Amino acid sequence: MSVNPDLVGRAFPPTAPYLVGREKVREFARAVFATDPQHSDPEAARALGYADVVAPPTFAMVVQDLTLQQLLAEPDSGIALERTVHAEQRFHYTRPIVAGDELVARLRITNIRPFGKGAMVTSEAAIEDATGAHVVTATSVLLIGGEVA
Amino acid sequence: MTDSTAPTLTVGDIVAERTVHLTRESLVRYAGASGDFNPIHYRDDVAAEVGLPGVLAHGMLTMGIAVETIMPWLGDAGRIVEYGARFTRPVVVDAQDGADLVIVAKVGALDEDIARIDLTVTFADTAVLGKTQVRVRLGG
Repeated sequence: MSVNPDLVGRAFPPTAPYLVGREKVREFARAVFATDPQHSDPEAARALGYADVVAPPTFAMVVQDLTLQQLLAEPDSGIALERTVHAEQRFHYTRPIVAGDELVARLRITNIRPFGKGAMVTSEAAIEDATGAHVVTATSVLLIGGEVA
Repeated sequence: MTDSTAPTLTVGDIVAERTVHLTRESLVRYAGASGDFNPIHYRDDVAAEVGLPGVLAHGMLTMGIAVETIMPWLGDAGRIVEYGARFTRPVVVDAQDGADLVIVAKVGALDEDIARIDLTVTFADTAVLGKTQVRVRLGG
Protein backbone atom coordinates (compact mmCIF):
# COMPACT_ATOMS: atom_id res chain seq x y z
CA MET A 1 0.00 0.00 0.00
CA SER A 2 1.41 3.40 -0.91
CA VAL A 3 0.75 6.64 0.94
CA ASN A 4 -2.91 7.63 0.62
CA PRO A 5 -3.17 11.04 -1.12
CA ASP A 6 -6.58 11.63 0.52
CA LEU A 7 -4.77 12.33 3.82
CA VAL A 8 -4.26 15.90 2.60
CA GLY A 9 -7.16 17.94 3.90
CA ARG A 10 -8.52 15.18 6.14
CA ALA A 11 -9.90 16.48 9.46
CA PHE A 12 -8.34 14.95 12.58
CA PRO A 13 -9.69 15.45 16.11
CA PRO A 14 -7.50 17.47 18.52
CA THR A 15 -5.22 15.34 20.70
CA ALA A 16 -6.07 14.73 24.35
CA PRO A 17 -4.79 17.61 26.53
CA TYR A 18 -1.10 17.26 27.50
CA LEU A 19 -0.27 18.81 30.86
CA VAL A 20 3.34 20.02 30.91
CA GLY A 21 4.96 19.10 34.24
CA ARG A 22 7.89 20.95 35.80
CA GLU A 23 9.86 17.76 36.34
CA LYS A 24 9.17 16.68 32.74
CA VAL A 25 10.63 19.95 31.50
CA ARG A 26 13.68 19.44 33.72
CA GLU A 27 14.06 15.85 32.53
CA PHE A 28 13.84 16.92 28.88
CA ALA A 29 16.23 19.83 29.43
CA ARG A 30 18.80 17.49 30.94
CA ALA A 31 18.40 15.09 27.99
CA VAL A 32 19.22 17.82 25.43
CA PHE A 33 22.10 19.26 27.49
CA ALA A 34 20.08 22.42 28.14
CA THR A 35 21.84 23.92 31.12
CA ASP A 36 20.43 27.44 31.00
CA PRO A 37 18.62 28.06 34.32
CA GLN A 38 15.32 29.14 32.68
CA HIS A 39 14.71 25.43 31.96
CA SER A 40 15.20 24.18 35.52
CA ASP A 41 14.92 27.04 38.02
CA PRO A 42 11.41 28.51 38.48
CA GLU A 43 12.91 31.73 39.89
CA ALA A 44 15.08 32.22 36.80
CA ALA A 45 12.01 31.62 34.62
CA ARG A 46 9.91 34.07 36.65
CA ALA A 47 12.62 36.70 36.29
CA LEU A 48 12.02 36.43 32.53
CA GLY A 49 8.28 36.83 33.01
CA TYR A 50 7.17 33.18 32.82
CA ALA A 51 4.93 31.42 35.32
CA ASP A 52 7.25 28.41 35.63
CA VAL A 53 10.22 26.69 33.99
CA VAL A 54 10.54 27.16 30.22
CA ALA A 55 10.76 24.09 28.01
CA PRO A 56 13.63 23.82 25.52
CA PRO A 57 12.50 24.71 21.97
CA THR A 58 12.37 21.14 20.68
CA PHE A 59 10.12 19.97 23.55
CA ALA A 60 7.22 20.74 21.17
CA MET A 61 8.11 17.47 19.44
CA VAL A 62 6.81 15.55 22.46
CA VAL A 63 3.36 17.05 21.85
CA GLN A 64 3.63 16.77 18.08
CA ASP A 65 4.39 13.09 18.49
CA LEU A 66 0.81 12.57 19.68
CA THR A 67 -0.36 13.69 16.24
CA LEU A 68 2.11 11.41 14.48
CA GLN A 69 0.62 8.52 16.49
CA GLN A 70 -2.80 9.59 15.17
CA LEU A 71 -1.45 9.51 11.64
CA LEU A 72 0.09 6.06 12.05
CA ALA A 73 -3.19 4.79 13.52
CA GLU A 74 -5.18 5.76 10.40
CA PRO A 75 -5.98 2.35 8.89
CA ASP A 76 -5.79 3.62 5.29
CA SER A 77 -2.74 5.93 5.60
CA GLY A 78 -0.29 3.64 3.84
CA ILE A 79 2.36 4.86 6.29
CA ALA A 80 4.30 2.27 8.25
CA LEU A 81 6.68 3.36 11.01
CA GLU A 82 9.44 0.97 9.94
CA ARG A 83 9.57 2.59 6.48
CA THR A 84 9.50 6.15 7.82
CA VAL A 85 12.52 8.43 7.98
CA HIS A 86 12.41 11.88 9.60
CA ALA A 87 13.86 14.13 6.89
CA GLU A 88 13.20 17.64 8.17
CA GLN A 89 11.73 19.42 11.19
CA ARG A 90 10.56 22.97 11.73
CA PHE A 91 8.94 24.94 14.56
CA HIS A 92 7.15 28.30 14.39
CA TYR A 93 6.71 29.81 17.84
CA THR A 94 4.25 32.31 19.20
CA ARG A 95 5.68 31.69 22.67
CA PRO A 96 7.72 29.00 24.41
CA ILE A 97 6.06 26.07 26.20
CA VAL A 98 6.04 26.59 29.98
CA ALA A 99 5.38 24.11 32.82
CA GLY A 100 1.70 24.21 33.71
CA ASP A 101 0.57 24.57 30.09
CA GLU A 102 -2.22 22.27 29.01
CA LEU A 103 -1.68 21.73 25.31
CA VAL A 104 -3.70 20.23 22.49
CA ALA A 105 -2.41 19.61 18.98
CA ARG A 106 -4.30 19.57 15.71
CA LEU A 107 -2.89 17.45 12.92
CA ARG A 108 -2.94 18.47 9.29
CA ILE A 109 -1.27 16.77 6.36
CA THR A 110 -0.34 19.68 4.14
CA ASN A 111 1.56 17.98 1.33
CA ILE A 112 2.27 14.57 -0.13
CA ARG A 113 4.55 14.22 -3.10
CA PRO A 114 6.10 11.19 -4.78
CA PHE A 115 9.72 10.55 -3.92
CA GLY A 116 11.40 7.58 -5.57
CA LYS A 117 9.22 4.55 -4.85
CA GLY A 118 7.75 6.25 -1.81
CA ALA A 119 6.52 9.68 -0.80
CA MET A 120 7.47 12.83 1.10
CA VAL A 121 4.73 13.65 3.59
CA THR A 122 4.50 17.02 5.34
CA SER A 123 2.72 16.70 8.68
CA GLU A 124 1.86 19.78 10.69
CA ALA A 125 0.74 20.03 14.31
CA ALA A 126 -0.74 23.33 15.49
CA ILE A 127 -0.31 23.40 19.28
CA GLU A 128 -2.61 25.57 21.41
CA ASP A 129 -2.94 26.20 25.13
CA ALA A 130 -6.08 25.79 27.28
CA THR A 131 -7.35 29.23 26.24
CA GLY A 132 -7.14 28.27 22.57
CA ALA A 133 -4.18 30.59 21.97
CA HIS A 134 -1.51 29.44 19.54
CA VAL A 135 1.79 28.36 21.14
CA VAL A 136 3.80 26.66 18.42
CA THR A 137 3.31 24.90 15.11
CA ALA A 138 5.55 21.89 14.55
CA THR A 139 6.10 20.63 11.02
CA SER A 140 7.72 17.33 10.10
CA VAL A 141 8.73 16.17 6.66
CA LEU A 142 8.63 12.39 6.62
CA LEU A 143 10.15 10.25 3.92
CA ILE A 144 8.02 7.15 3.51
CA GLY A 145 9.87 4.38 1.72
CA GLY A 146 8.19 2.25 -0.93
CA GLU A 147 6.98 -1.25 -0.13
CA VAL A 148 9.80 -3.78 0.01
CA ALA A 149 8.97 -6.43 -2.60
CA MET B 1 17.09 49.12 26.39
CA THR B 2 18.62 46.40 28.49
CA ASP B 3 19.63 44.39 25.45
CA SER B 4 23.34 44.41 24.87
CA THR B 5 23.54 41.99 21.95
CA ALA B 6 21.58 43.63 19.14
CA PRO B 7 23.58 46.77 18.39
CA THR B 8 26.90 45.01 18.10
CA LEU B 9 25.96 42.05 15.88
CA THR B 10 27.53 41.60 12.47
CA VAL B 11 26.85 38.91 9.89
CA GLY B 12 29.47 36.20 10.34
CA ASP B 13 29.92 36.72 14.08
CA ILE B 14 30.15 33.54 16.14
CA VAL B 15 27.68 34.01 18.99
CA ALA B 16 28.15 30.62 20.66
CA GLU B 17 29.89 27.30 20.25
CA ARG B 18 30.26 24.10 22.22
CA THR B 19 31.20 20.44 21.98
CA VAL B 20 28.85 17.86 23.46
CA HIS B 21 30.01 14.34 24.16
CA LEU B 22 27.25 11.77 23.56
CA THR B 23 27.28 8.30 25.02
CA ARG B 24 24.79 5.44 24.85
CA GLU B 25 23.49 6.72 28.18
CA SER B 26 22.66 10.05 26.50
CA LEU B 27 20.55 8.21 23.93
CA VAL B 28 18.68 6.19 26.54
CA ARG B 29 18.09 9.36 28.55
CA TYR B 30 16.68 11.15 25.48
CA ALA B 31 14.53 8.12 24.60
CA GLY B 32 12.97 8.28 28.05
CA ALA B 33 12.55 12.05 28.09
CA SER B 34 11.08 12.28 24.59
CA GLY B 35 9.17 9.00 24.40
CA ASP B 36 11.00 7.98 21.21
CA PHE B 37 11.90 4.36 21.92
CA ASN B 38 12.90 3.35 18.40
CA PRO B 39 15.44 0.55 19.13
CA ILE B 40 17.89 1.78 16.46
CA HIS B 41 18.88 4.34 19.11
CA TYR B 42 20.03 1.80 21.71
CA ARG B 43 20.27 -1.72 20.22
CA ASP B 44 23.24 -2.72 18.06
CA ASP B 45 21.49 -5.85 16.79
CA VAL B 46 18.43 -3.93 15.54
CA ALA B 47 20.62 -1.20 13.98
CA ALA B 48 22.63 -3.86 12.13
CA GLU B 49 19.47 -5.68 11.01
CA VAL B 50 18.14 -2.59 9.24
CA GLY B 51 21.50 -1.90 7.61
CA LEU B 52 22.72 1.02 9.72
CA PRO B 53 26.42 1.58 10.44
CA GLY B 54 25.67 1.43 14.17
CA VAL B 55 23.40 2.77 16.91
CA LEU B 56 22.40 6.32 15.94
CA ALA B 57 21.57 9.42 17.96
CA HIS B 58 17.98 10.60 17.54
CA GLY B 59 17.85 13.39 14.94
CA MET B 60 15.71 15.34 17.40
CA LEU B 61 18.36 14.94 20.10
CA THR B 62 20.99 16.46 17.82
CA MET B 63 18.57 19.24 16.84
CA GLY B 64 17.71 19.89 20.49
CA ILE B 65 21.35 20.03 21.57
CA ALA B 66 22.19 22.33 18.66
CA VAL B 67 19.69 25.08 19.52
CA GLU B 68 20.50 25.02 23.22
CA THR B 69 24.02 26.12 22.35
CA ILE B 70 22.74 29.66 21.81
CA MET B 71 20.44 29.81 24.85
CA PRO B 72 22.91 31.37 27.34
CA TRP B 73 23.71 34.05 24.73
CA LEU B 74 20.05 34.56 23.85
CA GLY B 75 18.90 34.63 27.47
CA ASP B 76 15.24 33.84 26.79
CA ALA B 77 13.70 31.01 24.74
CA GLY B 78 10.84 33.42 24.03
CA ARG B 79 13.05 35.28 21.56
CA ILE B 80 13.00 32.29 19.21
CA VAL B 81 10.52 32.79 16.38
CA GLU B 82 11.40 29.84 14.20
CA TYR B 83 13.77 26.88 14.21
CA GLY B 84 14.30 24.32 11.48
CA ALA B 85 16.77 21.66 10.37
CA ARG B 86 17.22 18.89 7.86
CA PHE B 87 18.54 15.53 8.98
CA THR B 88 21.25 14.80 6.47
CA ARG B 89 23.83 12.45 8.04
CA PRO B 90 23.65 9.92 10.89
CA VAL B 91 25.50 10.37 14.19
CA VAL B 92 26.87 6.94 15.07
CA VAL B 93 27.36 6.63 18.83
CA ASP B 94 29.99 4.01 19.61
CA ALA B 95 29.33 1.91 22.71
CA GLN B 96 32.85 2.54 24.03
CA ASP B 97 33.90 5.89 22.62
CA GLY B 98 30.58 7.70 22.24
CA ALA B 99 30.47 10.59 19.77
CA ASP B 100 31.41 14.27 19.88
CA LEU B 101 29.05 16.83 18.38
CA VAL B 102 30.65 20.18 17.57
CA ILE B 103 28.22 23.08 17.29
CA VAL B 104 29.03 26.55 16.01
CA ALA B 105 26.40 29.31 15.91
CA LYS B 106 26.98 32.24 13.55
CA VAL B 107 24.95 35.24 12.55
CA GLY B 108 23.66 34.34 9.07
CA ALA B 109 21.52 37.38 8.35
CA LEU B 110 20.26 40.50 10.09
CA ASP B 111 16.89 42.09 9.53
CA GLU B 112 15.47 45.03 11.48
CA ASP B 113 14.76 43.22 14.73
CA ILE B 114 15.27 39.61 13.64
CA ALA B 115 18.58 37.78 13.37
CA ARG B 116 19.02 34.50 11.58
CA ILE B 117 21.47 32.33 13.45
CA ASP B 118 22.98 29.54 11.38
CA LEU B 119 24.08 26.47 13.29
CA THR B 120 26.65 24.06 11.99
CA VAL B 121 26.66 20.69 13.68
CA THR B 122 29.48 18.34 12.87
CA PHE B 123 30.37 14.83 13.91
CA ALA B 124 33.71 13.34 12.84
CA ASP B 125 34.32 16.47 10.70
CA THR B 126 31.10 15.92 8.73
CA ALA B 127 28.01 18.14 8.91
CA VAL B 128 25.09 16.06 10.19
CA LEU B 129 22.30 18.65 10.02
CA GLY B 130 21.47 20.78 6.99
CA LYS B 131 20.03 24.29 6.80
CA THR B 132 19.92 24.54 10.57
CA GLN B 133 18.58 28.02 11.16
CA VAL B 134 17.12 29.81 14.17
CA ARG B 135 15.30 33.08 13.71
CA VAL B 136 15.50 35.16 16.89
CA ARG B 137 13.97 38.44 17.94
CA LEU B 138 16.46 41.07 19.04
CA GLY B 139 15.90 43.97 21.37
CA GLY B 140 13.46 44.33 24.26
